[in-house]
Amino acid sequence: MSASAPNNELGAVPGGSAVITGHAWTFGRDVDTDLIIAARYLNMKTAEELAAHLMEDADPEFPQKVRPGDILVADENFGCGSSREHAPMAIKGAGIPLVIAKSFARIFYRNAFNTGLPILVAPEAVDGIDEGDEVEVDLSTGCIRNLTSGKEFEAEPLPSFMQELVSAGGLLPFLKGRVQG
Amino acid sequence: MAMTITEKILARAAGRDTVEPGDLIMARVDFCLGNDITAPVAIDEFEKAGFDTVFDPERIALIPDHFTPNKDIKTAQLVKQMREFSARHGITHFYDVGRVGVEHALLPEMGLVGPGDVVIGADSHTCTYGALGAFATGVGSTDLAGAMATGQVWFRVPESVKFVFDGELSPWVTGKDLILYTIGNIGVDGALYLAMEFTGSAISGLSMDSRFSMANMAIEAGGKNGIIAADATTRAYVEGRFRREPVYVESDQGAGYAWERRWSAADIPLMVAKPHLPSNTQPADELTGTGIDQVIIGSCTNGRIEDLRMAAEVLRGQKVHKDVRCIVIPATQAIWKQAMDEGLFDVFLEAEAVVSAPTCGPCLGGHMGILAEGEVAVATTNRNFVGRMGHPASEVYLAGPYVAAASAVAGHVATPEQIGTRRAV
Ligand code: SF4
Repeated sequence: MSASAPNNELGAVPGGSAVITGHAWTFGRDVDTDLIIAARYLNMKTAEELAAHLMEDADPEFPQKVRPGDILVADENFGCGSSREHAPMAIKGAGIPLVIAKSFARIFYRNAFNTGLPILVAPEAVDGIDEGDEVEVDLSTGCIRNLTSGKEFEAEPLPSFMQELVSAGGLLPFLKGRVQG
Repeated sequence: MAMTITEKILARAAGRDTVEPGDLIMARVDFCLGNDITAPVAIDEFEKAGFDTVFDPERIALIPDHFTPNKDIKTAQLVKQMREFSARHGITHFYDVGRVGVEHALLPEMGLVGPGDVVIGADSHTCTYGALGAFATGVGSTDLAGAMATGQVWFRVPESVKFVFDGELSPWVTGKDLILYTIGNIGVDGALYLAMEFTGSAISGLSMDSRFSMANMAIEAGGKNGIIAADATTRAYVEGRFRREPVYVESDQGAGYAWERRWSAADIPLMVAKPHLPSNTQPADELTGTGIDQVIIGSCTNGRIEDLRMAAEVLRGQKVHKDVRCIVIPATQAIWKQAMDEGLFDVFLEAEAVVSAPTCGPCLGGHMGILAEGEVAVATTNRNFVGRMGHPASEVYLAGPYVAAASAVAGHVATPEQIGTRRAV
């Protein structure tokens, strides 16, 4: 999604502090929502229950290995497939504060903003981060630093409407604000 | 200013004369829906945010189709939550077992969605209704919660891309083959965020059922929506069925497209998408070495009456291969009854296929036909991701009903011609 205005201020992100530091888990392209959380677990709907099965079909050990604060780094088209909001819920439930990808599938993109999961589009950063690297991200500027390699990257700026959603605290508070004028 | 059909529908819904790709708009929603996976999350969010009324109880459908008839206690709880929410808010379009069908077959059939509409659904295959000349797109549960409360949704107006299919289809080739061919050509993110417009003389010749299967899989190319402008076929389907006034919209001459593909329909063969991506396509007749354990004929892609007729055409007088389970799932009650009345069930039962109640079931690995480790299925569904129909080490080949039925008989991926089926017409 391209920016509607050149603006690199990401604003405050609900549920996340402005600076995030964590270790990276890397994934390839076209990570689909069935892989993020398999449909057999969709009879559940709390973040904690779902987190116990995050990325299980990609790596059965992943839910045990991932630590709160770790971040996901993926290639193109992250979150393709179904509309299940259980995917961002499972990610948040595992304590993952951020996903960086070369691009996001569109329903996942809107679900992340609507529910307050910070995501960044940053193709160069994805190429410049290896699994296990320690990464520091300033959500207010979009600056991504790979502390392991010392390299720095810029995330694509957010469209101003997305910033409005984010600063309202997600979609429903935003809509409520509009209804109440 | 010249606009595409998608831009015109969105402009109208935003109360504006024009919109341009990239515009972020708040749009009025004509109809919205959720299912037994997504609606419970939406209801939780709706209530958490403190909304106490829905914008219009007649314009919301809550459809428990994925895990119904309830496959376990957790599912029963989810459907109960939908039932109670519907009763509390006077939502009339809640359908329980005995009335329910797979949502994207049910809503058009019941006349709840139609030409010119803006429809959002907390289900990615909501794009199916684009076959009616509507703007329809999948969203998440929070979007559904917002739409149920306010009747509004935000959109970034997508750029449009055009797919022109000229001429006549080859024998046996259907809308499913055209869309698999398209996804194979452009990839699973080939139309990311884009409006996919399907047109050309081959599209004009397609039945509504074939158009639904095409629009259904726009999301499998990353598209925001798939759309086919209404024509005489659409009007014949909509008249006497659609419960609101249809608004017939088409793209202006000179409307802007990001890019265009043009194909001769006659060059497109029966197609299959191999594991584990819908874009991993190959002509069906090249895959005869692929042994299979199960065939699924159903889903929001190909569980309509025409699909069942096609399957029956191939299965008539044949037996499902002894090593294969063949499961037929009519998508709605009405389709089920029509198939029964037409004698299609006799064909299926004599062939030793089983017929299930309407449900999504195995399409998403829910129930009614889950695959074991190492098993392989041919399915008329729309996704073949890792683990989609069961064990993470199982495999799904996507195809249309002709190939699915022929494969059930052959015991491996096959076309009707390869098993010696003669065309009825
Ligand atoms: S039939 Fe399959 S793809 Fe269609 S709505 Fe149901 S689960 Fe989704």
